[in-house]
Amino acid sequence: MDLGLSHFLAVSAALFTIGVVGIFVNRKNIIVILMAIELILLSVNLNLIAFSVFSGTIAGQVFAMLVLTVAAAEAAVGLAILVVYFRNRGDISVENVDLMKG
Amino acid sequence: MAVFAFYLIAAVVLVSALAVIMARNPVHSVLWLILAFFSSAGLLVLIGAEFLAMLLVVVYVGAVAVLFLFVVMMLDVDFVELKRGTLRYWPFAVLVGIIFAAEIVLASVIGTADLASNFDASPGADTNAEAIGQVMYTQYLLLFQMAGVILLVAMVGAIVLTLRHRPETKRQNIAKQTSRRRSDAYELKDPTPGQGI
Repeated sequence: MDLGLSHFLAVSAALFTIGVVGIFVNRKNIIVILMAIELILLSVNLNLIAFSVFSGTIAGQVFAMLVLTVAAAEAAVGLAILVVYFRNRGDISVENVDLMKG
Repeated sequence: MAVFAFYLIAAVVLVSALAVIMARNPVHSVLWLILAFFSSAGLLVLIGAEFLAMLLVVVYVGAVAVLFLFVVMMLDVDFVELKRGTLRYWPFAVLVGIIFAAEIVLASVIGTADLASNFDASPGADTNAEAIGQVMYTQYLLLFQMAGVILLVAMVGAIVLTLRHRPETKRQNIAKQTSRRRSDAYELKDPTPGQGI
């Protein structure tokens, strides 16, 4: 059996699902939530690149690079917000993020 | 042979991804994340997308994962306390996961059944990087520039968010330094011999 597109789609789907489950399971720990988002973006990238390679067009790989850019930016800003939040509150529990509720 | 390598690496990817979301210690989570990124890069090498594979290692392992490690180690958080009570979220999480997986599998079974299994990661060029470079600076120039702007904004934003001025730390004040006059700095005394000042 040759290496096919469906192999990559299966791995990517499993990775995406693991990421989503990770967000639900670690509801309190925002660091692990961010890591789960990175996993989801990784699965999206795998999908884009697999489709690009198996359809013989290069565009998907360029878009995967853009997704990579956004993932890096998102991680940087998200972690910066996390650091500021920790500095102000002294903990990072997501359940306490209701300051704006009034 | 390639299929065997694929199954091996894919198993490593999925197991390490599971370990990321289940590890008790976030530092372990980050290390598992690094393994997941590395092995995904291996998957990409298998189908010839070397450029993206190397980029994955450089960006994710070199920048994002190290950033995560820094933040995890910087925050003094009781992670055992955070982990408490996560067991009761599992049934709901697994339910959502099954729904998502079913939708994706359904969509990919319907949509991709007729796609061939021969692959070409570098159409119209000898190497993968060459093929990407041919379109990235011509056809997708605007997107490329926008990606750069996004990174710049993210960098400035992260610095603005985390920078703080502590009043107690000593800093160089250049205006103060250059406006210093000789009369502020020292004065001449003419002490009489044997008496001191």
